Parts: sequence; structure tokens; C-alpha cells
Amino acid sequence: MPIAFPEPDQAITSRRAEIIAGLRRLVPGEALIVSEDERRAFETDGLTAYRQMPLAVVLPSSTLEVSSILRFCHENGVKVVPRGAGTSLSGGAIPQADAIVLGVAKMNRVLEVNLTDRFIRVESGITNLGISQAVAHEGYFYAPDPSSQLACTIAGNIAMNSGGAHCLKYGVTTNNLLGVTLVLLDGTIMTLGGDHLDSAGYDLLGLITGSEGQLGVVTEATVRILHAAEGARPALFGFERVNDAGACVAAIIAAGIIPVALEYMDRPAIQICEAFAHAGYPLDVEAMLIVEVEGSEQEIDDMLRRIVAIAEPFHPKTIKVSQSEAESAAIWKGRKSAFGATGRVADYICMDGTIPTGQLPYVLKRIDEIAKSQGLGVANVFHAGDGNLHPLVMFDTSKPGEMEKAEHVGEEILKLCVEVGGCLTGEHGVGIEKRDLMPFQFNVADLQQQMRVRGVFDPLWLLNPAKVFPLDGRIAA
Amino acid sequence: MKVYSPRDENEASTIITEAAASGLKLAVGGANSKAALGRMVDAGARLSSIEMAGVTLYEPAELVIAAKSGTPVSELVRVLAERGQELPFEPMDYRPLLGSRGEPTIGAVVAMNISGPRRIMAGGARDSLIGVRAVNGRGEVVKSGGRVMKNVTGLDLVKLLAGSWGTLGFLTEVTFKVLPKTERMATLLWRGLDDRRAIEALSSALGSPFDITGAAHLPGADVQGARTLVRLEGFSVSIDYRLGEVRRLLKSAGAPDILEGRGAEILWQSVRDATILPDDRDRAVWRLSTAPSKGPDVAAQISRSLDAQWFYDWGGGLLWIATKPEGDAGAGIIRAATREFGGHAMLVRAPDGIRAAVDVFEPQSEAVMALTRGIKKAFDPAGILNPGRMYAGV
Repeated sequence: MPIAFPEPDQAITSRRAEIIAGLRRLVPGEALIVSEDERRAFETDGLTAYRQMPLAVVLPSSTLEVSSILRFCHENGVKVVPRGAGTSLSGGAIPQADAIVLGVAKMNRVLEVNLTDRFIRVESGITNLGISQAVAHEGYFYAPDPSSQLACTIAGNIAMNSGGAHCLKYGVTTNNLLGVTLVLLDGTIMTLGGDHLDSAGYDLLGLITGSEGQLGVVTEATVRILHAAEGARPALFGFERVNDAGACVAAIIAAGIIPVALEYMDRPAIQICEAFAHAGYPLDVEAMLIVEVEGSEQEIDDMLRRIVAIAEPFHPKTIKVSQSEAESAAIWKGRKSAFGATGRVADYICMDGTIPTGQLPYVLKRIDEIAKSQGLGVANVFHAGDGNLHPLVMFDTSKPGEMEKAEHVGEEILKLCVEVGGCLTGEHGVGIEKRDLMPFQFNVADLQQQMRVRGVFDPLWLLNPAKVFPLDGRIAA
Repeated sequence: MKVYSPRDENEASTIITEAAASGLKLAVGGANSKAALGRMVDAGARLSSIEMAGVTLYEPAELVIAAKSGTPVSELVRVLAERGQELPFEPMDYRPLLGSRGEPTIGAVVAMNISGPRRIMAGGARDSLIGVRAVNGRGEVVKSGGRVMKNVTGLDLVKLLAGSWGTLGFLTEVTFKVLPKTERMATLLWRGLDDRRAIEALSSALGSPFDITGAAHLPGADVQGARTLVRLEGFSVSIDYRLGEVRRLLKSAGAPDILEGRGAEILWQSVRDATILPDDRDRAVWRLSTAPSKGPDVAAQISRSLDAQWFYDWGGGLLWIATKPEGDAGAGIIRAATREFGGHAMLVRAPDGIRAAVDVFEPQSEAVMALTRGIKKAFDPAGILNPGRMYAGV
């Protein structure tokens, strides 16, 4: 069933000219986008099947401007959809017809680099990669690395609590965030956390991380930076049986080894990626693992030797330990091109559930059955260390009804993730995409508690209101 | 005082529902070993998790463990150790400092977001916590998070409940991601560094690629007695290599000793539990978090006006400070330092009179307090769960 948007509020849409005039008094002309052509660039995000034209788009340049815009919207009952780079795969930044978009992309300066205390303070519109680039010459980096890191902003990362391929060792956004400047809907500017660890009082920093733009707008962030490892090198293992690959992952962890990355690809994903990237993947296996370790050359050699020995009892058909930078790059190129390569052979929707890792063989079997029942194919890539599964459900937009079938398959897969003890979303967020599935994971009391907390920040449901919570049964206190 | 010790979530729910209806205020806790922490609670009865104990799920291959909130920390540590694993955040034991008894519970570790030296590398309790179940002040059972380590579904009430000191809900079950215990631990120890040089050395070590898991400076009675510690944990081959590298990196600090084995473990335990401070039960104790490089500035400023002893954990970012238990026990001067240098301080130990008279936790801005009060109301509208434990009216 296609995802519904709330009926636009006529009382707001009919006042569009007046609202634009009000905003014009708050920001310079170039910061306000009103023409239909220019607004079109903001009508969707990474979930491109859904589009909504906003009333207007505002691109402020300072925390004070953000504050005055939010205060104006609060006073006038105008909904606000915060936006970073618009790369959300769950529709977290898709506008509404009766809302303005507040984009932070213009606020992208580095404010302070402190290598002694190992943090960087930035405006929130800076890209994820931009943060690492600002400290790379000193050997440092910012650890969470979502696939969209070239484009996505730290504001969006905080809103979605973004992860990445290396979170088994380094954690996700919430584990690397030290402080923020947060603007509430009524214009209040507050600082949470700082350049130190932990905070007094309730963990508001933890609460706003992953709150999908519903509690406030983050305009500045202080994040932890780390010195990069001396080196990193992957090894690749191909297995004829899914169960062997799963058991191998468990054995690596049981041996006390936490690889920096532990990626799983199934047969369709291997075939698609190899055809695109020529990464040297084995084409005659059912499952493949990429295991990466970090350290000095000597440490890496030692660790990869251990991992190969652990893998051997599980009959890997292929073992390929990278011997050079070029081989490492090739191994990763295949995995990192999974989404793009799939897009060349089919339309697809990318799901993002998490499962207990021990359930992998069962879940993959069920996913296959679910997809086949609708006549569709699925390629699976999986962060095997942390249980985050990305099934790519493939379909053909030109065939009537196929997209609906794909959405149905996606929904069934996410319900399956919850059934086996996992969750609806590991790193992409709920957005509009999984909003109506929330009752599968949470009961009424769980959801009401979340909404009551949400209501403390935004009792009028003006901040990104079409997202996260099912449209029925909403409360604010 | 009457003590309620529910045996399960349903009993807890009934007790709290009735307390909310009658306005009975409940002092929420576990084994009561940390009753002396935080602000004093004016309650009519105690609500304890002590009868709700036991590991409910343990999947070593998935690095996940769940336990009822009244499970002793020692039990969780033992069960994990049997499979060569541990809690990553190295929770401190407050009993030596507080002179208290009772077997600390895992629920309290979560409620107070307790961590230890490895916080700098592995995060605090809130970072390892992936799921909670709790009964809120309406008597409703609420869950957040789950048993998988990557989960962004809905508002992160897991983080909010961690460190809420029992003021938002009565925790019934907590779930953590865990880590393998490392094969070997080794500590480099330098002697005779003053605070500033020591913290510079620790910052260099923490800014290296060698995954330092402990960085502390213990000033002595004079500078000759000062000890500076850097801890490495990992596979033995790796430790051999990294010991050499860190020693080389910090060669300007002089030649270090290498400590391994039981002695080193006990030393880190005394850093974790703050028993490094002089063994004088009468002294007041503060715990202050700031940016590591500000640590020596904070200590210097405080010691100019106060008779104080201190040591540093977290590479300089965590100061444990002992002061005279007189007047405000140094609150005014310590809080002036957190205002000037950034950070926050908590009064950990003091006579009841002082504890009642000063702000135990760092005062917050009015905007943050407004949210704090709102969140309290969203969980506990009748204000019956640990009222006032963190802030007046919360």
C-alpha cells in the first residue's frame, strides 16, 4: 500500500504568500527559495518514489537565522521539515505541501579543530567526509562512515544516528558525538554536551540523536576524532553453504577477534557486483565474507593468519587475503558498489532491518521465499558483525504493479526481522518508509511513551510531523 | 521504611500504579549500595529490584547479554567471563568510596550510567546498552531498543533512561552488547611527571593509532611520587609491538616501567574505584568531567583556593577531587572552574548536611531544566519515582 501523507492544511497553504513574506523579513533574499523550478530540487530525498512540493525552502547561514525561522513557524503554525543533504533512504527529508523545508547545507564551516583533546567542532551542514578531510592531513578521521558520506551532512547523521561499515569497532553517530547546539521549535538556542565526556542531567544528547528532526534542529556539532590505524587489509572468503558463512562469523567472534569490518554478500549480490566492479569475487559460491582488520603490517599479518585458520573448518571454497593496496581496493570496490551496481540491472528498494546474527541462514531462506512468492529477486548485503541486513528487492518500474509488489516484499522482510528478535531499521531511520510498520515492533504503551517525550519538544507536531509515528493514535502529552 | 521488592514486571507495574494513585513517593533502587549518591529523596517507601535477578539471554557469538535489573553486577561479570567476554565499559564499584554494603545491581549501573577507565575507548554504560524494559510512573511497561546492536527504530529512550537515576522509570531488564576479554593487558608507567607534562604525554598516547584503553595520572605527595599510566589491551603479539611504539612516542617523558599481571589489575581497579584518593573517610569527594587538556588548569585553579587532593583518569578529562568536608565542600570554587573551563562536576561523597545544601549535580541552564521537567512529567506525571534524586522538582 503506498505511503499516505497527511492532508495538507488549507489554512496554511492558502497563506503561502504571507508566510513567504514573513520569512523574507528574516533571511537574505538568496536564502529563500520560492519558485517552482528551484523548489523541485527539494521535493524528495533518497526515497525518490515519493515526492511533495514544499511551500518554500529556507537555507539559513547561522544559528540565529535558524532560531528566527523556527520561532516564526512556531508562532504561525507552519510545519518545518529539516534537511541536510537529502540523502535519506527512508524519506526522512521528504517535504509536505503545507511545510517549509529548512536546509542547513549552507552552514558548513569547520569552527575548531583540537587534536590534543581529539575533537572537531563544525557547523552541521558540513558533509560527513568533509569532517574527516579537515583532519586527514594530521592522520585523524571521523569514524562513522555511511555509504553516502561524500554527500550526507553531519546534521542528517545526527538526526538518523547513522552508522556505516566500521561501526563494529567504532560505534555509530551517538557513540561519537560530544556536543551540539540545538534550536528548539520556539527558537530557543541551547547547548548540549561540549568537548568533554558525558553530561549532567538527562542524556538529551543521546535522545536527540536519531530523533529524525522531530525534536529540534542541530546547527553545530562537536564530534570525537580518532587517529587512523596504521593500516588496514581485508581478506575474502567464499562458501558453498550459507550456514558455513554464518558459523564462520560466529567462530571469529568467539575467538575474541573484533574485525573492523565484517561484510556478507549472498550469491545474487556477488554476481551483480562482480559484473560491475570486476573485483575478483568468486562466482561459484553461495555466500562471501569480507573481513578487514587494522594495525601495523605485522599485526595485520598475524590477525589474518588467525582468521584464515578459524575459517578453514567451515570449508571455504575461496580464500583470498589481500596482498596489496590494489587488491584491497578491488575487494572493497565490489562491496561498496552494491547499491549502484544493482541499480544498473534493475530498479530496487533497499531495506535496512537488523537481525540477531545467528538467525541469518533462516532469515535469508525466508527472504528468498517471500520475494519468489511475488516473482521478484533479492540481493542481500549484510553487516555480519552487527546484524544489519540490507536486502535489495529488485523490480521493474515499467511493469505495472511491480513497485507495489516490491514494497510488499520489503514490508514482509521487515516484519520478519522483528519476528526473529531484530528491528525495523538499523541505520536508515524510520522516516515515512517504515512509519506504518512501527506497531509491529512497539506496542501502544511504547509508542505513546516516545510520543509523550516528543511532545515535550514539539507539542503542536510541527517538526517533520509526517514521519516516524503512525498517523493514527498520535498524542503530544 | 516499607520496602517493595516485586518479583516481576507485573508486580512492579501494580505497585507503581497504586503508588501513583495514592501519591506514595518511591525511592527506586537495587541493593541500596549507592543510596548515598545523588540528592536525597523524600520518599514514603522503597522500591527495589533485588528480587528480579538473573541473566535472561546470552548469545556469546552475537556479543549480546540481557539480565533482569536486580542481577548482581558480579553475576553478570562471572557469566561473561565463562565465555571469555566482559562488559566493555568497566563499571566502577562505588562501595569502597561510599563505605557501603550490598551487592551492586546491573540496573543501578544503567540508572547511573556508571563506567570506568575504558570509557575513553569503549564508551560508557549508555554506549553498550542496547535495550531496556522499564515501568514508567503510570505503571506502564515500556520497552526501547532491543537485543540487536544496530537499531535506530524510534526515539532512543535507551539513552534517556541510562543515567536518569530512577526518576523516569523502574528498570526491569537491561540488554548490552559486550566484547571479548583481551588476551593480554600491559601498562606503561612513568614516574615523576608534573600534571601538565603528564596530561600532554597521555594526550599524545591517546592521539596515536594504538587503541589506548586506560590513561591516568596519579600525582604524588610530591612530584617524585607521581605516576602516569597508559594501558594497552589486545593480542599478545600486538601488545609487544605497541608497548615499543608507545614508549618511543613518549620518549621525552623518560623510560617507563612495564606492569603486567595482578599488580597492574589492582592498580587499575583503584583508578576505577577512585580509591587512589587518600583513605580518609571524612573527606568530601567530587567527580569532574572536562576536556583532557583543561584538567590541569581545573586542578591548579581549585588547589589555589582549596585544600584538595586529586587524580586524573580519561587522559586528564576525569578528575577525582577530595576536599575538606566543611562549608560547601568546595562547591563554589569547583563550579566556578567548570563554568570557566567547561564540563560538569558531581558531589560524590559528603556529610548529609552538605549534600542537602549544595547542588549535587552540575546546575543546568533554564532551557535544559524546562525540558528536563517536561521529560520527567512525560514518564512520571505524579512525580512518585525517586523525586528530587537529580534535581529539585525532578
